[in-house]
Amino acid sequence: MIDTGDVFSALTLTLELATVTTLVLLVLGTPLAWWLARSRSLVSDMVGTLVALPLVMPPTVLGFYLLIALGPSGLGGLFGLRSLAFSFPGLVIGSVVYSLPFVVQPIRNAFEAVGDRPLEVAATLRASPLDRFFTVAVPLARAGFLTGTVLGFAHTVGEFGVVLMIGGNIPGETRVLSIAIFDYVEQLRFADAHLVAGGMLVFSFLVILAMSRIGRRIGEVRP
Amino acid sequence: MTAESVSSGAAPGGLDVALAGRRGDFAIDAAFTAPARGVTALFGPSGSGKTSILRAIAGLTRLDGRVRVAGETWQEGARFLPPHRRALGYVFQEASLFSHLSVDGNLAYGARRSPGGVDAAMRREVIDLLSLDRLMSRAVADLSGGERQRVAIGRAILSRPRLLLMDEPLSGLDHRAKDEILPFIERLAAGLDLPILYVSHDLAEIERLADRIVVVADGKVRASGPLNAALTDLGLGFVRDPRAAAVLPARVVAFSQEDGLAELDLGGQRVFVDGSGPEEIGLERRLRIVASDVSLARAPLASSTILNILGVEILAIEPGGRADLAILLALDGAPDLTFMAKVTRRSAARLSLAPGDRLHAQIKSVSLATSAMPRSR
Repeated sequence: MIDTGDVFSALTLTLELATVTTLVLLVLGTPLAWWLARSRSLVSDMVGTLVALPLVMPPTVLGFYLLIALGPSGLGGLFGLRSLAFSFPGLVIGSVVYSLPFVVQPIRNAFEAVGDRPLEVAATLRASPLDRFFTVAVPLARAGFLTGTVLGFAHTVGEFGVVLMIGGNIPGETRVLSIAIFDYVEQLRFADAHLVAGGMLVFSFLVILAMSRIGRRIGEVRP
Repeated sequence: MTAESVSSGAAPGGLDVALAGRRGDFAIDAAFTAPARGVTALFGPSGSGKTSILRAIAGLTRLDGRVRVAGETWQEGARFLPPHRRALGYVFQEASLFSHLSVDGNLAYGARRSPGGVDAAMRREVIDLLSLDRLMSRAVADLSGGERQRVAIGRAILSRPRLLLMDEPLSGLDHRAKDEILPFIERLAAGLDLPILYVSHDLAEIERLADRIVVVADGKVRASGPLNAALTDLGLGFVRDPRAAAVLPARVVAFSQEDGLAELDLGGQRVFVDGSGPEEIGLERRLRIVASDVSLARAPLASSTILNILGVEILAIEPGGRADLAILLALDGAPDLTFMAKVTRRSAARLSLAPGDRLHAQIKSVSLATSAMPRSR
């Protein structure tokens, strides 16, 4: 028998995690992407590489380091806790690190495509640096922001390895959909697994479809 | 146009620039002034540093030195105002409108940020001046090159600058678009109470628009002063260009309905050109006299098809080519109004021409510099 309460709690937790993670990533990722797009220094190249690492590293490796970092001698100790792991904040931190390249990279590319000229024009029209960032750079890079937001959200929804390493499987606390599926299969609850897996499949399809439609519509009005 | 001293300081309200520094492996050392009104052309071949100088005046790139505009110091010593603190308008080579904003939004961008703002009357005036009315509701992407540039100019003016910088605003346009937009820039130059610095490597544009010229070569200022004084300075070498011409101010005094000719007063003498109508009477026009269209005679020819014959005095004679001499002439009674003639060495020897001689200059064609623009090379 399908336990809808169980699935529902995993679903809301997943959406909550993906929303919080995406918001944090937009706040942190935007200035980071701006800096990476405009700086040519060795430091920025190295930071750019670090940001891209989660793309190629096994999630378990990342999860392992995060487990250490969130532990008593790391961030957990800082907050006077035994560990931040196996908690929702810990999950958010892990997701932020893991999904970072998916948000930063599209925004960075979009900032690079904007180029210097529109910002110079804005400067000659008396816009201060902050003013021209918000009124020229961000609007012109909006396709990158949309792509980054959708990718960051979807990727967080779909993450498994990192969550398993640092989140465990605490219902209502750290048990997200991808973990739930793993759980159901282990317990031979195939009906539940079908429901969640099917839902994820449809969700993923819609995300990619929406992205290509958005990309085309914004592409039309770009110069 | 008066033969004022080239080294005179900037008039109050004008522009005073002295910049030096390196851009890559290129040394710039340029000092010049521009009066509070009118168009000063920054002329030179591509790669001579004109754009670098313009960008440094705007503060977009940094050179050492001094920039003063209308009594305000934008840069001197340790003082360096960033571009957004300089009251300037900048029209770039390509229109660079904000593609995320409408035409209206582009115009409003600078207007909203100008101190004191822009009232409806001023907005109306700029929209009318540049005929932007029909464009207001259009998307930026749907505008032609000339239309974009007009919007960019309007946007710059609506930010209420005290200096307008234009970096080859027509270079990306075809001839038709150039001809369409030039009258707008002419009206602008006549109507705006601020200095306009206009970068171009196209002499035809400069002959139409500029009052003064700063000649730039290899990052240095070779000459600066009133336009015609530079064009007819035989030492500067403009005369070696096959289309070398003088540009002189004349006033329309009459128009003949019978044959369509306008009669102009040029330093007290009469000149006839293809006119457009009686409504021109009283207006100041620029006459363009091409050096190779001017021939000289000791006595006026009684029967000739040449209409325009002016009394002149030879000021100087210089070699102009293998077989040619370049002769600098001044109008009788108006020594400031100078133009050039190209004659063969043989003719000059036959007439034994010498400085101080008074002659008759026969001009095969005189055109208005403001009529259909000569094609650039």
